[in-house]
Amino acid sequence: MNIAKPMLALVTGLLMTSSALAIDIRIGVLNDRSGIYADLSGEGSVIAARMAIEDFGAADKGINVEILSADHQNRPDVASTIARQWYDNDNVDVIADVPTSSAAIAVHEITREKNRVFIVSGAASSDLTGTMCSPNTAHWTYDTWALANGTGSAMVQEGFDSWYFLTADYAFGHALEADTSAVVEASGGEVLGTVRHPFPGQDFSSFLLQAQASGAKVIGLANAGGDTVNAIKQASEFGITQAGQALAGLLIFITDVDALGLNDAQGLVLTEAFYWDLNDETREWSERFEAQRGAKPTMVHAGVYSGVLHYLKAVEHAGSKDAELVMAAMRELPIEDPVMGGGELRIDGRKTHDMYLFRVKSPDESSGPWDYYEHLATIPAETAFRPLEDGGCELVN
Amino acid sequence: MTDQTMSGAPVNEKTRQPLRVPVLHMGIFAALLIFFLAAPFFLYPVFLMKVLCFALFACAFNLLLGYGGLLSFGHAAFFGGASYISAHAAKMWGFTPELAVLLGTGAAAVLGLVIGSLAIRRQGIYFAMVTLAFAQMVFFFSLQAPFTGGEDGIQAVPRNLLFGLFDIRHDRAFYFFVLAICFGGVLLIYRIIHSPFGQVLKAIRENEQRSISLGYQVNRYKLAVFVISATLAGTAGATKALVFQLASLTDVHWTMSGEVVLMALLGGIHTIFGPIAGAALIVAMQNYFAGFGAWVTVLQGAIFVIAVLLFREGIVGVIGKWLKKPL
Amino acid sequence: MFELLGIAPQALFGQLLLGLINGSFYAMLSLGLAVIFGLLNIINFTHGAQYMMGAFVAWMLLTYFGLSYWWALVLVPVIVGASGIVIERLMISRLYHLDHLYGLLLTFGLALIIQGLFRNQYGVSGMPYSIPPELQGGTNLGFMFLPNYRAWVVVASVVVCFGTWFLIEKTRLGAYLRAATENPTMVGAFGINVPRLITLTYGFGVGLAALAGVLAAPIYSVNPNMGADLIIIVFAVVVIGGMGSIMGAILTGFGLGLVEGLARVFYPEGSAVVIFVIMAIVLLIKPAGLFGRTA
Repeated sequence: MNIAKPMLALVTGLLMTSSALAIDIRIGVLNDRSGIYADLSGEGSVIAARMAIEDFGAADKGINVEILSADHQNRPDVASTIARQWYDNDNVDVIADVPTSSAAIAVHEITREKNRVFIVSGAASSDLTGTMCSPNTAHWTYDTWALANGTGSAMVQEGFDSWYFLTADYAFGHALEADTSAVVEASGGEVLGTVRHPFPGQDFSSFLLQAQASGAKVIGLANAGGDTVNAIKQASEFGITQAGQALAGLLIFITDVDALGLNDAQGLVLTEAFYWDLNDETREWSERFEAQRGAKPTMVHAGVYSGVLHYLKAVEHAGSKDAELVMAAMRELPIEDPVMGGGELRIDGRKTHDMYLFRVKSPDESSGPWDYYEHLATIPAETAFRPLEDGGCELVN
Repeated sequence: MTDQTMSGAPVNEKTRQPLRVPVLHMGIFAALLIFFLAAPFFLYPVFLMKVLCFALFACAFNLLLGYGGLLSFGHAAFFGGASYISAHAAKMWGFTPELAVLLGTGAAAVLGLVIGSLAIRRQGIYFAMVTLAFAQMVFFFSLQAPFTGGEDGIQAVPRNLLFGLFDIRHDRAFYFFVLAICFGGVLLIYRIIHSPFGQVLKAIRENEQRSISLGYQVNRYKLAVFVISATLAGTAGATKALVFQLASLTDVHWTMSGEVVLMALLGGIHTIFGPIAGAALIVAMQNYFAGFGAWVTVLQGAIFVIAVLLFREGIVGVIGKWLKKPL
Repeated sequence: MFELLGIAPQALFGQLLLGLINGSFYAMLSLGLAVIFGLLNIINFTHGAQYMMGAFVAWMLLTYFGLSYWWALVLVPVIVGASGIVIERLMISRLYHLDHLYGLLLTFGLALIIQGLFRNQYGVSGMPYSIPPELQGGTNLGFMFLPNYRAWVVVASVVVCFGTWFLIEKTRLGAYLRAATENPTMVGAFGINVPRLITLTYGFGVGLAALAGVLAAPIYSVNPNMGADLIIIVFAVVVIGGMGSIMGAILTGFGLGLVEGLARVFYPEGSAVVIFVIMAIVLLIKPAGLFGRTA
């Protein structure tokens, strides 16, 4: 019943000699390896986890780490099946990554039930640390609230104070729209209207024209993946950005920008937790990553690296892999790594760090492949994420 | 003319041995029951429950295809629709498992009646496409209706006390509840196939015009078998929602409709046991090959192509031919 | 100006025009399905995958061979059509003596294989494909900004659709085709190679899907799943139109594009289901479809 056998990668050998610790850890990297998020997570997250194990020097510290990986196809049912088998039969201690909110919520619930550890990097739903929060989950990289907050408030401050939303008509789209509306209004902007498009959609032109007719300064794209890519492409085709309206991508990754091409994506404002060209350390780390992956890392990859690294530090500190002890050590230890910088793991499971606001460069400004972002602002860790008391998490107090 | 039509007669009349066949079938059912009773002690119970749910789903679907001669490409609507209802009932209204399954089943029956009464107006390929289109409507409804949770689905569905009395939260205990439902469902289908109603269905499948001239209300029979098939597909979906404690869009997506066709086709559409074998094989394949990403899709497609080109009787159909007995 | 249900007439014109553009794709795809079904009696579930292949091959020609959009318009239908001919010869032709449903199942399996292979090779993020320079920019019509490329799509689609209609309904070759549909044995007896006619027809239908793919490449994201959901809408279009006539497929395609365009203004949430609702109503009133012959 070991579904992960074919993908099983033995990372460190069994030649432990020098250490007092002798702990076997199994990390399950569960993500999309074939679908829409395969490029932003996929095998890249396995590489990132492996880099974390090497950089931590697990082998020298007497911690045997094995990585398992599997494809959840962005389906919550598949994710829950694999997670159950990993926990029940394969003695997996921690599951990492898991893009797609629905799949992540499924793993989140099973992890709580089986009392293991879940490090979320790929998924967006801020409910994971809100009403659904669990003592076993660390939400590492970003969430809908942080993206809405970053893009929404920063754009209003720059004078883009009237918004019109193009919203994917399902729970995730509605949540993104609601989060962003709240931020826009709190920052002194106004929301002129919203149009809900079917999900998934092909043709957004008629919705875009409705958005254009509203006269709003910003069209907020409360959708994801292929929908966002198509909407941006068509906005450029219908001359909407050229006519002076700005597009705000509320969930968009560097791989989406790569797929769009700068010609269509230029001028787009977005929030990310990581960009490879931030500083010397991120450049150096990204280069190592690129040597194995053939592409620059996304923030999801960076989050898997940072999360696994901190998890291993916590195991070493606790001298045990017991979920309760490890989670306590993860909260207690200061988080510091070359990729995502400093931060803390809060009681509700939210990991905080700086977020960055970027604008996509025009083809003339870009010096070549992956030179896509112009840095606009840094949102400090303290204000980048939803305040602890606003999430409705029962672990707070 | 053994396999000229999808609905062609599979059984060579000369080899039919009316006395011994039911005994053989009962024997196989008994062997299956013994196997599934013992299985959770050496196989992973969640995997087994998935096999059982899909086996019932495939058998229900096959009642319509193999014995009614109607290819539905929209059975995900009943499977998934019922799983949403049962999950919602268990989570929001605190329904006990048996009531949640019952409610989901009932909902699938109603849905089957609505879709079926429209779809049976067309035949053959049109029928397949009409069911597909209706299933797509159910999909969009599931995506947008507030109670389904959109893309997140209904998660963390509780396994409440059985009959309000027994704690069956643990996988192995729950397994026997699932086994009882699915095995009961499959036996019911077997019984229907061999009832006078099932005989009329076969007659309609073989020659609709003649059945009409014999005075049968063909459309009523078609509608009845459609509703029964939808209802039992719903039972399977409602149970699955409790097994995985989750109801999601996957269950109503059209690829699910395709998967169940594949299960029936692979196992053998003119057989009783074929869909069970097909379901077990496909579920096992999905589980073991989960790490191979899109290759699972390619492999499924390849099985479809091979099954259609070379293997139209299905695995169990071929075995039945060897044994010279209908299975 | 008067307003209709709160929508200015200008805006409505714009939306109707957009609906017509979408209708162009529906019309081309349902036309291909209708042609194939008409002669082969096969519901070509692979149609969506072949539409996707059209877009991808256009992208490959540009990326690997530097061949422009205009070359792609000519070459892609031929290349993808040829792949269709291979599929027809190797597999579909073995099923003609069986129930039509087997053809549906076979092409469904083929669609899974093709989409899976493209997903493995190219991922799903999608490939960029630019609008050719000659068609960039747009025209301000007063009530809306119409990109030149979209105008081109409508023109190209109308020309192709009516060209096909003319070919099938008004030429000698078309007469053979229609005769072969009615009575293949008789047509064969007149010395016409019916199997070859059938093979070429399948190739032609697939070529139409590929051409639609090329037209779609610059405006929709070129990704392996682009045809997967579209195909079901096109099926519904075909059911509404009825399988009887070529003209039916064309008119229904354009017509439903318009209806969907209206739905996007007045009830955007329901715009994805409106076609299926219409299908249900048509089935209730006219089970053979709007233009179909009663079976």
